[in-house]
Amino acid sequence: MADRLLRSREMILAVAIGAMILLISLRFPAFAEPANLGRVFNDTAILVMLALGQMAVILTKSIDLSVAANLALNGMVVAMLNSAFPGIPIPALILLAILLGAALGAVNGLMVWKLDIPPIVATLGTLTIYRGLIFVVSGGAWVNAHEMSPAFKDLPRAALGLPALSWIALGVIGLAWLLYTRTATGRAFHAVGGNANAAVYAGIDTGRTRFAAYVLSGAIAGLCGYLWVARYAVAYVDIAGGFELDVIAACVIGGVSIAGGIGSVAGAVLGALFLGVIKNALPVVNISPFWQLAISGSAIIIAVAFNARAERRKGRVILRTAEHRA
Amino acid sequence: MLSSRPERDGPTALVDAPPVLALEGIAKSFPGVKALDGVALALYPGEVTALVGENGAGKSTIVKILTGIHQPDAGRILLEGAETAFPTAEAAAAAGVTAIHQETVLFDDLSVAENIFLGHAPRTRWGLIDWRRMNAEAREMLARVGATIAPETRLRDLGIASKHLVAVARALSIEARVVIMDEPTAALSHKEIEELYELVERLRAEGKAILFISHKFDEIFRIADRYTVFRDGALVGAGHMADVTEDDLVRMMVGRSIEAIFPVRAHNVGDEVLRVVGYSHPTEFADINFTLRKGEILGFYGLVGAGRSEFMQALFGVTEPAKGAVRIDGKVAVIRDPAQAIAKGIVYVPEDRGAQGAIRAMPIFQNITLPSLARTSKDGFLRLAEEFALARRYATRLDLRAAALDQELGQLSGGNQQKVVIAKWLATRPRVIILDEPTKGIDIGSKAAVHEFMAELAAEGLAVIMVSSEIPEILGMSDRVIVMREGRIAGEYERAGLTPETLVRAAAGIGEAA
Repeated sequence: MADRLLRSREMILAVAIGAMILLISLRFPAFAEPANLGRVFNDTAILVMLALGQMAVILTKSIDLSVAANLALNGMVVAMLNSAFPGIPIPALILLAILLGAALGAVNGLMVWKLDIPPIVATLGTLTIYRGLIFVVSGGAWVNAHEMSPAFKDLPRAALGLPALSWIALGVIGLAWLLYTRTATGRAFHAVGGNANAAVYAGIDTGRTRFAAYVLSGAIAGLCGYLWVARYAVAYVDIAGGFELDVIAACVIGGVSIAGGIGSVAGAVLGALFLGVIKNALPVVNISPFWQLAISGSAIIIAVAFNARAERRKGRVILRTAEHRA
Repeated sequence: MLSSRPERDGPTALVDAPPVLALEGIAKSFPGVKALDGVALALYPGEVTALVGENGAGKSTIVKILTGIHQPDAGRILLEGAETAFPTAEAAAAAGVTAIHQETVLFDDLSVAENIFLGHAPRTRWGLIDWRRMNAEAREMLARVGATIAPETRLRDLGIASKHLVAVARALSIEARVVIMDEPTAALSHKEIEELYELVERLRAEGKAILFISHKFDEIFRIADRYTVFRDGALVGAGHMADVTEDDLVRMMVGRSIEAIFPVRAHNVGDEVLRVVGYSHPTEFADINFTLRKGEILGFYGLVGAGRSEFMQALFGVTEPAKGAVRIDGKVAVIRDPAQAIAKGIVYVPEDRGAQGAIRAMPIFQNITLPSLARTSKDGFLRLAEEFALARRYATRLDLRAAALDQELGQLSGGNQQKVVIAKWLATRPRVIILDEPTKGIDIGSKAAVHEFMAELAAEGLAVIMVSSEIPEILGMSDRVIVMREGRIAGEYERAGLTPETLVRAAAGIGEAA
């Protein structure tokens, strides 16, 4: 059963996360307390959201390396606007960040769709360009906490049981679930990556679908740009440097196939949480954070090897048994 | 060498030099299909042997056995009279057997000289490639095949004919004794074909044994010395070209009883559904005109590469035609992409249903509903209950064997995957269904089921276009047959009184078909 198999793949990941929390709590019981787990989730919220956007791109057999640069550029833009014009309402800034992020994603999408540039090359290029643009708009200067309006900085922290950042992440998870499982666009992401030829014959415009995936990934990066800068109350050229790799890692660990067509919302969320738990647990158990890279790297390789095995088991070519005839 | 089969035509005694390479009693089966059944083939030095047969006669399989890609299940391979085996492609190459394929297998980004000497380049005493010697020897090889190509040229920059010359030069460089040319002229212009003939002459003069596979009778009669005819994986004739006529060869190719049993059909042909006027494409097809009526099965016959699939894909909107018009129910319809075609009731079931139809990582029901999502959605959201209902209806209708509809498609058997792909198209409730080679590569039993089903669809009033390269299927199923040759319609025939010979002649362009 497809769903059961997918579910079981996600179940394994959920169990692994649970086991990890359990192991840590044996020696550091405070780690497993609900309040702390809430903090871990809040700390991972941005990664979760970015992974859900990246998933759309990876599902279509593409990749978006520019997410973190996109995030940083938007963060810088809204931080500078806020510091220069504190009167602009925060919701307007958030909307601007989303639209600008979507536009930057659209640039990626157009290059892949209309110019046929390989996704990895196109987004590697925009990664560098967007980072460069941050320097151009900011002149290399930082926007520090005291230059930001209190409203700007306080929004992610506003607590309604959970911090607003967590609520936003939960909202994005819910919307992503709707998009991926209940809309034709979400279905098209799966179809295009699963078999682009078959998608074309079924009347799906594969180029347009990829474009939509990039716009989505960009829009989420834009939203996260504001959230990141507001949460850490600082904006500079290098924020979220290299974070695109964490995002892709979260997807891969969550079972989103780099070969396209396979992936679920639950998987991407769990993949991000897996990395989040590791990152938050290492200081607690007194392991150097440098190990974090090695551990998340190993997790990626194990996840990929695991998924590759799972796919090989069912990967039989039986349709064209007699292709050699003729 | 040739077993004396009762139905064999041509002279029986061939008193010549012994063959360089002979195959005896070769049999080869693939799951569900017997591709070759005890065939023989002999290739003589300095002679061109033409291998003819319909699509599916087993020609490609024998080439793959000769070049070590497939191993025969039974039979002997004799090289200069001594029994041998070609367990790998390298072994066949070492024995001097080389093939020049329809799509020549060369490396576009390497130079001509590198292509010629790939794998056996001359070395310097340090073990590095001796570029100067390699280019010099390549120039010599190219001169031998009459090509004026600089060895340093990147292969990508050459035309197809020149690539063929490079392939032949490569064959010479490995001291080939047997040269197999598998439809070498299929993609060539008139002038290039003339050059190829000269090349064949030159190879013949050098004493190579040449196996020449072609559908074109004019070229067979022009350059071949001998012929061998396969039909349905069996040898039906071999001999000297001088002893046969075109008619003899055509009869050997198709002369069979139509054994497969085709369903009896009511032939309730209704009103016109589809009219295609002047459909043309810059390179693939030109001036296609026909009509299609409700409840009709219209067969499209032709050789592989006649432009049938290309035309159907344009009709379905996968590629855009340069000009031409489509009328559906008398109204002009604009089809620019498959989504528009589906919306207007035209669907295309591609030949390679696995690669072009199945999304293996997706659940069965999602595969089935993929082109019908507009119908199962409300307010922009998919409704899974509706999707399951739609999928279940067609899965039941096609007798799909699956544990559950949310199972991944890739977990089903091949036959059931094909059913899902067909269910997907029927679920769109089409008016016109285009089936491209609907029974290619499936076993006899499944073929009968597909034919039965096709008859049912027509009986329900669906207009069916069936592209097929199998004459029995064309004759057994069609109400009307259109033959395409080189991108054009070569003839249109009513089923009554249509003979296999007429089809073969029209498809191959022999004389004027009756």
